[in-house]
Amino acid sequence: MNVMAPAEIRDPWDGFSGDEWRNSVDVRGFIQANYTPYEGDAAFLAGPTTRTTGLWEDLGVLLKQEREVGVLDVSADTPSTITAHDAGYIDKDRELIVGLQTDAPLKRAIMPNGGLRMVENGLKAFGFEPDATVHEVWTKYRKSHNQGVFDVYSPEIVACRKSGVITGLPDAYGRGRIIGDYRRVALYGIDFLQAQKAEERSELDNAVFDEHTLRLREELAEQYRALGELREMGLKYGVDLSMPAATAREAIQFTYLAYLAAVKEQNGAAMSIGRISTFLDVYIQRDLENGSLTEEEAQELIDDMVIKLRIVRFLRTPDYDELFSGDPTWVTESIGGMGLDGRTLVTKTSMRVLHTLYNLGPAPEPNLTVLWSAQLPRGFKDFCAKVSKDTSAIQYENDDLMRAKWGDDYGIACCVSAMAIGKQMQFFGARANLAKALLYAINGGVDEKSGKVVAPGFEAITADVLDYDEVLAHFDKTMDWLAQTYVKALNCIHYMHDKYAYERIEMALHDRDILRTMACGIAGLSIAADSLSAIKHAKVEVIRNDAGLAVDYKITGSYPAFGNNDDRVDDIAAWLTETFMKKVNAQPFFYRDSMPTQSILTITSNVVYGKKTGCTPCGRRAGEPFAPGANPMNGRDTKGFVAAGASVAKLPYEHAQDGISWTASATPDSMGHTEAEQVRNLANCLDGFTQAGGFHVNVNMLSRETLEDAMEHPEKYPQLTVRVSGYAVNFVKLTREQQLDVIGRTFHAGM
Amino acid sequence: MTIPVPQQTFESPHEAACHGFLHSVESGAAVDGPGMRYVFFMAGCMFRCLYCHNPDTWKLHNGRRVEVEDLLEEVDSLASFLKFAGGVTFSGGEPLMQAAFVGAAAQAMKDRYGLHIALDTQGYLHGTVEDDWFDPIDLVMLDIKHSDPEKYRELTAQPLQPTLDFAKRLVRLGKSMRIRYVLVPGWTDALEDVKRLADFVAGLDPWVEMVEVLPFHQMGTSKWDKLGLDYKLRDTRTPTRDEAEAARDVFRSRGLKTC
Repeated sequence: MNVMAPAEIRDPWDGFSGDEWRNSVDVRGFIQANYTPYEGDAAFLAGPTTRTTGLWEDLGVLLKQEREVGVLDVSADTPSTITAHDAGYIDKDRELIVGLQTDAPLKRAIMPNGGLRMVENGLKAFGFEPDATVHEVWTKYRKSHNQGVFDVYSPEIVACRKSGVITGLPDAYGRGRIIGDYRRVALYGIDFLQAQKAEERSELDNAVFDEHTLRLREELAEQYRALGELREMGLKYGVDLSMPAATAREAIQFTYLAYLAAVKEQNGAAMSIGRISTFLDVYIQRDLENGSLTEEEAQELIDDMVIKLRIVRFLRTPDYDELFSGDPTWVTESIGGMGLDGRTLVTKTSMRVLHTLYNLGPAPEPNLTVLWSAQLPRGFKDFCAKVSKDTSAIQYENDDLMRAKWGDDYGIACCVSAMAIGKQMQFFGARANLAKALLYAINGGVDEKSGKVVAPGFEAITADVLDYDEVLAHFDKTMDWLAQTYVKALNCIHYMHDKYAYERIEMALHDRDILRTMACGIAGLSIAADSLSAIKHAKVEVIRNDAGLAVDYKITGSYPAFGNNDDRVDDIAAWLTETFMKKVNAQPFFYRDSMPTQSILTITSNVVYGKKTGCTPCGRRAGEPFAPGANPMNGRDTKGFVAAGASVAKLPYEHAQDGISWTASATPDSMGHTEAEQVRNLANCLDGFTQAGGFHVNVNMLSRETLEDAMEHPEKYPQLTVRVSGYAVNFVKLTREQQLDVIGRTFHAGM
Repeated sequence: MTIPVPQQTFESPHEAACHGFLHSVESGAAVDGPGMRYVFFMAGCMFRCLYCHNPDTWKLHNGRRVEVEDLLEEVDSLASFLKFAGGVTFSGGEPLMQAAFVGAAAQAMKDRYGLHIALDTQGYLHGTVEDDWFDPIDLVMLDIKHSDPEKYRELTAQPLQPTLDFAKRLVRLGKSMRIRYVLVPGWTDALEDVKRLADFVAGLDPWVEMVEVLPFHQMGTSKWDKLGLDYKLRDTRTPTRDEAEAARDVFRSRGLKTC
């Protein structure tokens, strides 16, 4: 059943409109000329077939085993390439869309080009033996990205990395955050794409052979070769990718295999799939119209593809998992949005993809991301809100902001990073810890935890009561130093990643000449803003240890905290965002002429950043977790989530073009008396937030499981609000008994 | 020698219109009136309901002193959102404790932003305001704690009749109402008590949009403890879903909408 029928005689583009996309790669042009916007409701959607349910249940047995042991199996002796492994199946006869990273489901691959240590530590941590030959090759004959980076790092960068003032750098693992335009393989086939790459290379035959041109020529040759490997990998599964896809099933299969090649080749920090739903809808719609596909079959194909995306795995270390809890892969799929011509880009397949959360149950991957605009059709808005309410599995991003900047065929890499698909990539740069930098400003560059000098050449503040202007003057200089050291580190990393762990297949699915961004980021924004607010509006006394190091602060009086829609502090947060971005912009060199950007995002590493940061002048204790992303500090947003969202929406996207992340939580009960009210209220909140300029929101409408998780990990749910009989309480502040009480009552119906 | 008699002391209503006392706000409320509500929890209450879940709002001066302009500033940047998504609700405490101030604030919000305004009250003090006080109020969420006068007094330390009179006044004024009834096992869940209330509410037709039967919960316990107050309902349980549904059925059987 997995073997595709031989290419039919008919033209694979039969029935498609438009001409411009036919002669050169132009997926957007194809979509625009052929897609069918959908403005109706979700009533047409089909449930899972018995085949889908059976396959998913069988896989469930393996997934359970994996949860128990962490890593089910590893292909430890075969460094992964696009073609390294034989074909693998869950159950060959029952799969509609085929392809696994290795020769068995949930068996992880090793990718030592990023760094051998990461591979070996990952293996040991989960009880597997590192392979002797692999070890020999990557210590004697082949250098990794990780080795390259540490060959060029300066002592200052190493010190920053160790202290945690710069954290999460992709210097020991794949940088990720690159989205290949996997749709190209389905639309054009590999023969066409290879010819295009050959042409792009030959155009440079007469150029001056400087370093830039030579690097590009070598990369184009590698891209061409990687496309050939992709063809070869397809043939292992009986799929010939040479020519364009002729059916919906082929379009899904081809797109998925192209993505699969990427996750066979790269263990990237985030391996997003792009924006495929509406593209695939063109093929599904054609087959529905010519009678060769039913709605149930269309949904079944999407369900099967999503099953595959749910089992993408990478071998990572416990350290990494501490930083990014939950073994995430960020297979982000961007859904919906509006077109530049005013038509919605929502199609029935946008809904079909979301519907997998019902057909297969909720799951964190693929990372379903709705590109929200108040202009979206009502039926789609309501369906999204309902899915959020039922699953808490969707994140929302402001399509109006991004479309103006990146056009209408961008996708999200990882969490919040927008990029025009196939035309843009980013150099992922993790983040600088702004809260810790503020402590360096006070302590003259001496680390408050280790007592060592990390930022040399700065004077400490000696006053007993902190003066706002003096602190700002010191902080300004500290941020100059931080931006300088940080950008240097990123230049090291991306130079070496291109050199030793180049993303061959992902870049083969890009244009030759692309926009590169240098994606910097900041953590601890709300803590830095609150600390400055405390210094400005209250009295903050410094408590120093025997060595004269400021290690604690005593606050007298009160201060406005970020997250309450109060300009007195929200303006400080916006100013910090803009100021640090300007300091990054002022750096003299960005690798490959990349355009600097920054994010306000911590993913889940806010806990680790907290551990590495001493007491802060806002009253936060040493080691206490940061708020995630751009969130207000835990418990300080006392006016509820609308006011908190209003504060976050004031942070300027213009100065944080890699995205601004906010996580909001509520119980469905608190969002309205009936499901219809809950859905409409949530959709209206999303309209309000995006219209206010808010960039991103994770919506947690909590399930029983989530509330139970919140009991065990309260730091993840600072805003969880429980409404009962007309008043709100903060869930994590309740006693354990009360929490159990809420859980018991909230989920009465299911008991 | 006289034996001291335990005496309940209550706050006196606050009469100034230019300033009031605000306990707290909630910007993201969705069950305190239609749509998304910005709720002002006003400080001060003359009731001492045994099941009160925010006894920290009883004292007027526990609140922050605010002026009308301060409340307007709270909603100013959110007004366009509240306009299409919901509105503003004055709750408490008991907002009629500061009737002049709340009335001025409600009128100003109506004038400046055209927002939907809801008032969450038990109505006891309605006699202190004129009919036109209600002009900016679009909806009254009327809490009726009990339908039996004796039990009402036992539960709230105040008489029932003013609340019933208020409901009838709202009918006369043509104001939409949502009736709120907290279902407390052993206190308010007796069938005859619920039926008596349902009969009364049915007589307020067509001005009752909905009856909200709210299951009692223990979420306020820590606040009673923190205030050093004797919480008599410490061991009272939360009603089951079936018990809450049974009470709703009583209202539904009289043609009333419930939730």
